[in-house]
Formats: sequence, C-alpha cells, structure tokens
Amino acid sequence: MAIEGADLVKAAAFIGAGLAMGFGAIGPGVGEGFAAGKACEAIGRKPEEAGLLTRTMLVGQAVSESTGIYSLVIALLLLFVV
Amino acid sequence: MDFDVTTTVKLASYVGAGFCIGLGAIGAALGEGYTAGLANEGNSQDSKRSGEIVKNMLVGQAVAESAGIFSLVIAILLLFLDTGGGSMVKAAAVFAAGLCMGSGAIGSGIGSGYPGGEACLGISRQPAVSGRLTTNMLIGSAVCQTPAIFAMVVALMLMFLDFGKGPVSPTWAALIGAGFSTGMAAIGSGIGGGMAAGASCEGVARNPETVGQVTTTMLVGQAVSQTPAIFGLLVSFILMFKAFPETTSLGPSMALLGAGISMGFGGVGPGIGNGMTAEGAVRWIARNIEAAGTLTRTMLVGQAVSQSTAIYAMVVSLVLIFVV
Repeated sequence: MAIEGADLVKAAAFIGAGLAMGFGAIGPGVGEGFAAGKACEAIGRKPEEAGLLTRTMLVGQAVSESTGIYSLVIALLLLFVV
Repeated sequence: MDFDVTTTVKLASYVGAGFCIGLGAIGAALGEGYTAGLANEGNSQDSKRSGEIVKNMLVGQAVAESAGIFSLVIAILLLFLDTGGGSMVKAAAVFAAGLCMGSGAIGSGIGSGYPGGEACLGISRQPAVSGRLTTNMLIGSAVCQTPAIFAMVVALMLMFLDFGKGPVSPTWAALIGAGFSTGMAAIGSGIGGGMAAGASCEGVARNPETVGQVTTTMLVGQAVSQTPAIFGLLVSFILMFKAFPETTSLGPSMALLGAGISMGFGGVGPGIGNGMTAEGAVRWIARNIEAAGTLTRTMLVGQAVSQSTAIYAMVVSLVLIFVV
C-alpha cells in the first residue's frame, strides 16, 4: 500500500479529531457532573435558595463546558478546514 | 517481513486476551476492595452484626466480580477458540474484542463496589433494615453491570460474526474503532451508575422511610448515567455493520478508528459526571425528602449539561463515519 504525503496528512487529521474530541470530553463531563452534584447537595441543605443555586450551577457548568467546546472546534477544524 | 494470515490472527487473539483480562481485572478488584474496606468499618462499629455484614459483603462482591468473570471468559475464548485463519480482518476483530471486554469491565467493577460497601456500612448503622439495604444494593449494582454486558455483547459479536466479506482496508480500522467505542464508554457509565447506587444505600441506612423515593431517583439517575455507554454501543454497531468501500489510502481507515476513539473516550467523563450528579441528588433526598421534587429536577438539568460533551463526541464520531 503506497501512502502519499497528502493522504498521510488527512489520516493524521482524522485520528487527531477523534483524539481531540474523545479526550477533551472527559474533563468537562466530570467537572459539570461534580458541579451539579454539589448543587443538589446545597439545594438539599437549603431548598429555599434553589433558584440561586441552580443559576450558579448553570453558570459554573457553562464555564466548565468551554474546554469541551474548544475540543469540538478543534475537531471540526481538523475535519473540515485543515 | 511476511506473516501468514493464520499466524497473525493467533497473535492478535493472544494480545487481545492479555488486554482483556489485564484491564478487566482492574475494576472488579478495586470495587471489591472498597466493599471489604467499608464492611470492616461497619464491623468495627457494630461487631455483633459481623455475620450479617460479611454475608452482605460477599453478595456485593459476587456482583462486582461478574465483570471480571466476563473478561476471563472472553480471554479464555480468545486463547482456545479456533478462529480458522480467515483474513486479516479477523485479526483486527479478535484484538478489538479483547480490548472492548477488558476496558468495558473496569467501570462496572469499580461501580458495583460502591453500593456493596455502603450497604455493609448501612447494616451496622440500621440493622433493622438490612433486608431492604441488600435489595437496594442488588438493584443498584445490577444496573452497574449493564455497561460490562454491552462490552461483552460487542466482544462476542466481534469474535463470532463473519466480517470476511468486507475489504481489509478500512474494515480493520472500523472493527478496532468498534471495540474502543463500547469498551471505553462503558468505563464512565459503570462508575457513574455505582456512585448513584452507593449514595442510595447510604441514604436508605440513614433514613429508611425514604427508600421508595431514594430507589426511584437512583434508577432515574443511573439510567441517565448509562446513556454514554448506549451512545458507545450505537457507534460500535454502525462501525460493525456499515459496509465501507475498499480503499488503498490511509484516510478512511483513520477516520473510522478516530470515530471509535472519539466516542469511547468521550463517553468516560459524562458517564462519571452524571453519576456524581445523581449521587448528590440521591444522598440529599434521603436527608431532606421534602425537597425531592426540586432535587430530581436539578439533577436532570445538571445531567443534561454534563451529557452535552458525550453528544459532541457522538457528533464528531458520526461526522467521521458518514461525512468525511
């Protein structure tokens, strides 16, 4: 099987996209789950503050999500642009 | 260097068998050790109950062990099964089967340890409800085993289905990708499901009257935790059953392998995260049953956000399979 340079670059981009999204998804998944778990704990302690706690949870998760979105962007760049 | 096909298939089976039982032994051992640790903590708090605690510990450990036994069975099959040569695709398939079962057993083994341990500790705290604790432990840890069962199903399909009709390139990469996808994604779902089940056993021991609500929320939380493993299974099935055109270039192969890696590793984090969320919700429903509605709602919202990265991973996988 003769492998040319351009083919090798494409192949590397595809596997790189898989690696980027795969490993990149681990951190946000765990981090957001941790935030939500702690939010549930806090609501359990103080149910009357549920609104504030849910809002804070969502803001915190949005920040934690950012690295997942970076991974997605890089994966899509590798797939369609590079 | 020229290898004939039969030798390569044998070689791949043996390496796959090594991965299968090597990785597969991690989870069950960790989970059972955790159960034994908490059982001794319970023994030290109420040594008169030790008979009941040890019995519960052994039942819990037996469930955790099943993930290890699945790996052992697949490894033995890989060692002694007559694969009959076939083609190079068969070599990829048997290696992927070992990888899939080995990594797929990690999460279920670790996860089943949590409810086992918490139930043992709970018996020392609330001996009166030991029956309910054991039942709750068994329900929770049975759900934890599903990702390992998914991995076993995919491993058996990889070993026994005939992929010989497909072209060697890129089918080999699709099959290894299928192994990664279910095997790795099962890690997160197994651990996550276990965290929810552990919290529910702790909650039942603390406040036995809440058992109905606690078990229900545990099952809802575990069901959401299972979704990354189900995404992984879906991607594996697509990779195994879609027909791919023959190619001499490396690109399509790497795209299919990348699809499996993306979904497999991408499922780990959301699975654990969903479990952490369910753990918090279940634990606090037992302590504050009046807030059960708000807690279940918050749990589902939090899990949905945590799930998003698994969905990104699935989208990237599907783009790698169908678009590029």
